[in-house]
Amino acid sequence: MQLQKIKLFMYFPPEKTDKPITYRLVKDYDLMFNILQAQIQPNKKGRLMAELEGTAENIEKGLQYLKEQGVQYRIFNKNIIWHEEKCVHCGACTAVCPSRALSMDRNEWKLTFDHSKCLICELCVKACPLNAMDVNIFL
Amino acid sequence: MAKTFDEINEKIKDGKVVVLTAEEFKDLVEEKGVAQAAKEVDVVTTGTFSPMCSSGAFINFGHSDPPIRMNRIWLNDVPAYGGLAAVDTYIGATELSETQGFEYGGAHVIQDLIDGKKIKLRAESYGTDCYPRKEITTYITLDDLNQAYLFNPRNAYQNYNAATNSSDRILYTYMGTLLPQYGNVTYCTSGELSPLLNDPELRTIGIGTRIFIGGAQGYVAWEGTQFVRNKEVIRDGVIQYSGVTLAVVGDMKQMSSRFIRAASYEKYGTTLFVGIGIPIPVLDEDMAKFLAVRNRDIYTQVVDYSVPSRSRPVLRKVSYEELRSGTIELNGKKVPTAPLSSLRKAREIAQVLKEMMLKGEFLLQEPIQKLPEDRRFNPLKEREVK
Repeated sequence: MQLQKIKLFMYFPPEKTDKPITYRLVKDYDLMFNILQAQIQPNKKGRLMAELEGTAENIEKGLQYLKEQGVQYRIFNKNIIWHEEKCVHCGACTAVCPSRALSMDRNEWKLTFDHSKCLICELCVKACPLNAMDVNIFL
Repeated sequence: MAKTFDEINEKIKDGKVVVLTAEEFKDLVEEKGVAQAAKEVDVVTTGTFSPMCSSGAFINFGHSDPPIRMNRIWLNDVPAYGGLAAVDTYIGATELSETQGFEYGGAHVIQDLIDGKKIKLRAESYGTDCYPRKEITTYITLDDLNQAYLFNPRNAYQNYNAATNSSDRILYTYMGTLLPQYGNVTYCTSGELSPLLNDPELRTIGIGTRIFIGGAQGYVAWEGTQFVRNKEVIRDGVIQYSGVTLAVVGDMKQMSSRFIRAASYEKYGTTLFVGIGIPIPVLDEDMAKFLAVRNRDIYTQVVDYSVPSRSRPVLRKVSYEELRSGTIELNGKKVPTAPLSSLRKAREIAQVLKEMMLKGEFLLQEPIQKLPEDRRFNPLKEREVK
């Protein structure tokens, strides 16, 4: 079965922040769950950015479950593309990358891009002097 | 046991020369000591690949029929200088396109020419008896041009500031994007691989030195602009911050965008990454000692770029070893660092230069004149204009 990956932002209403919603997504819908950024405090509105991986059917069911629980979400329809052929591995993008998705390999001094850590903040797109970072929008 | 330039050149021609890159040489010194390394090695190759704004190209277009004395010139809508002879021009790396702004500039024209692309030439003239034509629009390529050579008035800085930002807003500078409240530190030399840090007293680098530039064999033409040199380059065994620079020249027709690349910095403008490699002969043990310098013994200063003044505050001194570790300490906090100069490309250049010398394709050229020993950096004095 082909697995799909989506990135989404979830907004938890204050009364839901104490429920094990992510646990249910993993357990009931067999979704691999990778938290990229989280801001959750008891009894306050919470925010969570995560990557979900699973079958298309399970992802759909999982999202349905979120809706039923009153969790609002937004699926990212963007990702960052690194045009390696344009890159000179200067490191300017690593200066602004908040999640260290872009980092320098300190032996080879080669840029590495870990897509799973990318927050799609787009700071690297502006920071790259070679125009080697692009936003890709898909639907 | 001292060697001369001529002796080493004979070895290069005979295919008997021993060449190491600067990083390889430093490792050898740590393993075998300075004396042995000086004996074994003839030449050490260095490299840098950094944005160097003070770069540009002289071009001669050849004459149209009827001829024109071009006094306003655009290449792909980037203005070029029209104050030379009829069909000569100079295009500077930081000149911006009149139609594309920060996205495209003189640096891009230079790279496009090197890549063999067609460039739109547009020129205007007031017309003279000897040059009657008043305008021309056509396409040119690098092959068509009689001459096209880079003449970069200030390249290859010996050392440069590291930059940070104490303010509450993001700063877009030629030192890259500086995040608020000391969010990052950027730095821009290849450290122990950098040409002028391996010959800090300029014993072997001067006017006439043959260099690798952008893939071509070029030369040091003059002292660079803003050349600053103090008598005390090395203090307590540590290379001090200095502003030694080089003016360099090289034939664009021999260049490749593998070693020279146009760049555009957000809200700053365009510039040119220039790849420069300089071979340094290991003339004697003293030279070997200079060449053995490591990042832990090369320092620069962290400067706060949020202060809009000529003399910005220096926050601390820092070694390249610490900068390269990924974080440095600033005001008791760990701050992430990022390079702006490509060490990977610098290594590639040092390696390519080494291979050229091993194949007998690149000879040393002894400087025909030394660079100045003492130079100050004068500010611009503003005088009242009536």
